[in-house]
Amino acid sequence: MEIALQYLINGLMLGVMYGLVAVGFTLFFGVLDVIKFSHGDVLTVGVFTGFATYVALKAAQVSSPLVQLVVLSIVAMAAMALLGAVIARYLVLPLSSAPALNTLLITLMLGTVLREGVRLGFPDGSNPKPFPALLPTTAYTFGHFTLRLDSLMLLAAGLAMIVAVHLLINKTKLGLAIRAVAQDGETARTMGINFTAVVLITFAIGSGVAAFAGVMNGLYYNEINFSMGLLLGVFGFSAAVVGGLGNIYGAILGGFLFAGLQTIGAVALPFASAYKDVFALAVIIAIMAWRPTGLIAEKSSERV
Amino acid sequence: MATSPNSRSPLPALAWAAAAMLYGMLFLGAESERALGALLAIAAAAVVLGARSGLVDQIRASIGGNERAFDIAAVAGVLAVAVWFHEEHFIILMMTTAFLLMVAALGLTIQFGYAGVVNFAGAAFLGIGCYTAGVVTKYTSLPSFLTLPLGGLMAAVIGSILILPVLRTRGHYAALVTIAFGILFKVFLEVNDTLGGPQGIQVKPIVLFGWNFNSPIRIGDFTASFYFSYLLLALALLVLSFTLVRRLERSWIGLSLDAIRLDETASACYGLNLARWKVLAFTLGNFLAGTAGAAYGHVLGFIAPNNFTFGDSLILVSIILLGGIGNLWGVAVAAAFVVILPEKFQVIQEYRLVLYAALVILILLFRPQGLLPRQLRDYVPGSKARNAQAHAEERVR
Repeated sequence: MEIALQYLINGLMLGVMYGLVAVGFTLFFGVLDVIKFSHGDVLTVGVFTGFATYVALKAAQVSSPLVQLVVLSIVAMAAMALLGAVIARYLVLPLSSAPALNTLLITLMLGTVLREGVRLGFPDGSNPKPFPALLPTTAYTFGHFTLRLDSLMLLAAGLAMIVAVHLLINKTKLGLAIRAVAQDGETARTMGINFTAVVLITFAIGSGVAAFAGVMNGLYYNEINFSMGLLLGVFGFSAAVVGGLGNIYGAILGGFLFAGLQTIGAVALPFASAYKDVFALAVIIAIMAWRPTGLIAEKSSERV
Repeated sequence: MATSPNSRSPLPALAWAAAAMLYGMLFLGAESERALGALLAIAAAAVVLGARSGLVDQIRASIGGNERAFDIAAVAGVLAVAVWFHEEHFIILMMTTAFLLMVAALGLTIQFGYAGVVNFAGAAFLGIGCYTAGVVTKYTSLPSFLTLPLGGLMAAVIGSILILPVLRTRGHYAALVTIAFGILFKVFLEVNDTLGGPQGIQVKPIVLFGWNFNSPIRIGDFTASFYFSYLLLALALLVLSFTLVRRLERSWIGLSLDAIRLDETASACYGLNLARWKVLAFTLGNFLAGTAGAAYGHVLGFIAPNNFTFGDSLILVSIILLGGIGNLWGVAVAAAFVVILPEKFQVIQEYRLVLYAALVILILLFRPQGLLPRQLRDYVPGSKARNAQAHAEERVR
């Protein structure tokens, strides 16, 4: 029972992270019908920006963990929002009339540039870095089950972020513009919506949210490395696909579903937990074979 | 109208092959980075000047009209370079690696370039071949030269697991499937103890009729590097697969594949069986990558999961994109460039992945058809060049 609870917390945490990454994929797909494969690596760059900010703050004698955490998160998210908009402006938008394969390739290669940039550009970037534990680590013990305060706070923050994105998309004027562009870019333009601006802002939001998920990941595992974004990106994309691309709730649901499958795989399967990533990736391939465009299928018809 | 002498003359093609051979000798033999830089600058200048003066078109027409002569000249030129450097282990190893990567890239060309099936797990299929060679030589007493066909077969069989998801998906979804498979393969190798885990596994040398490939070749006074046998093997593999892929491209199969890539719905309407041709292209491509992988495993002698990362798959994709998707000679030039450049400029060795990725981004932005774009289908070799010539003369009159 205690172990089951432990796994539940872990699964929820993973679910929130995958969901947050998936939200980015689904937002980008909504407005431009593109998949940005560099999304996971933007997350990596975000975490490392946060880590660099932490080092700088420590050097500047700022020792309050709260201030450190807030500044670090804001810097990481703002920097990645900017990076996301720049990527959209200079790499994704110029290719919007080219074959879809070109966008796919260019974002894959950009992901490589970012990933290798972190590895080579960061001091000793090839090795994992210890991410500071900035949240209170008080633990509450119920029998054999220990609940750590920082896990709870992270979970709450992640859920708050999901709610914030939901409110932004559904209750604000900006969200209305994003939804309009997602539904029909041409018509949105004729209604006086600035298409380019909305696309750039959407990419900024998605990338900022990814940076948040990255910082969450760093705080939860207390370790970051240059290739963490690659796996998180693949899992996040799978979550978005499973939930149906273009659908924000689907993305979040997909994130939890996927984390659930992964946790069950780690618990229930007889062979060592070393194979948990192999299992998760095999599940992705199986799901894609079963439902090629996600559990909620894309509606499409074709004409010559 | 009589055929014009220009497109028939084999001279430009042969001169080009000879120039390329000399350049290869100079480049591989150059020691200092200054000399290498100068050679690169000369090549760039020659390309620009050649394109300006129409020399490139002339050479291309001549190659088109005298294909067999050019093919023989190319192989002879490569052999001449290899014999010139027969004692330099490192250079022979570099050439061998380039040939084997060309074979794998030819496999990817069938998938990406002809059928339009994306595969971002090229390094994984190469790795399947390598590990097959390792396992066969370590755990069984099968003759070691059998590892080549076995490696290819294994890659094709394991690749067939992916057939269903790859056939049913398209574009970015299919990309996700192959990326997931590529990462899965590497993680699996790392945690599987039978396959050596993260430390990897040893691959014993090929022994053919009592001849150990790892021992140096001695004929009279001529003593060649211990990589020389592998170089000959790799070259043979390359010639075979190059011929196969070119024949495939020009046959009705290649025509069907092109049609499917350009418009699936239309080709299905005309009665092409999409599934059959996609499966054929995917499996054949993986077979080539696996065969190259098995030979590569023997050459390396020791293989580890880190040789087959997602980054290595992207390098293979970079090769076919840099060369111009679907152009076989382009693949050959790009593979040579991608393998040899970082070995020669040790400074960029660490940065090679960033460098290639950035290059591909620039190419996609500014010259999406690649450096040497694939030419339009030429049903009668040389006919297009003759037609162009005829048109030109018509206009003059």
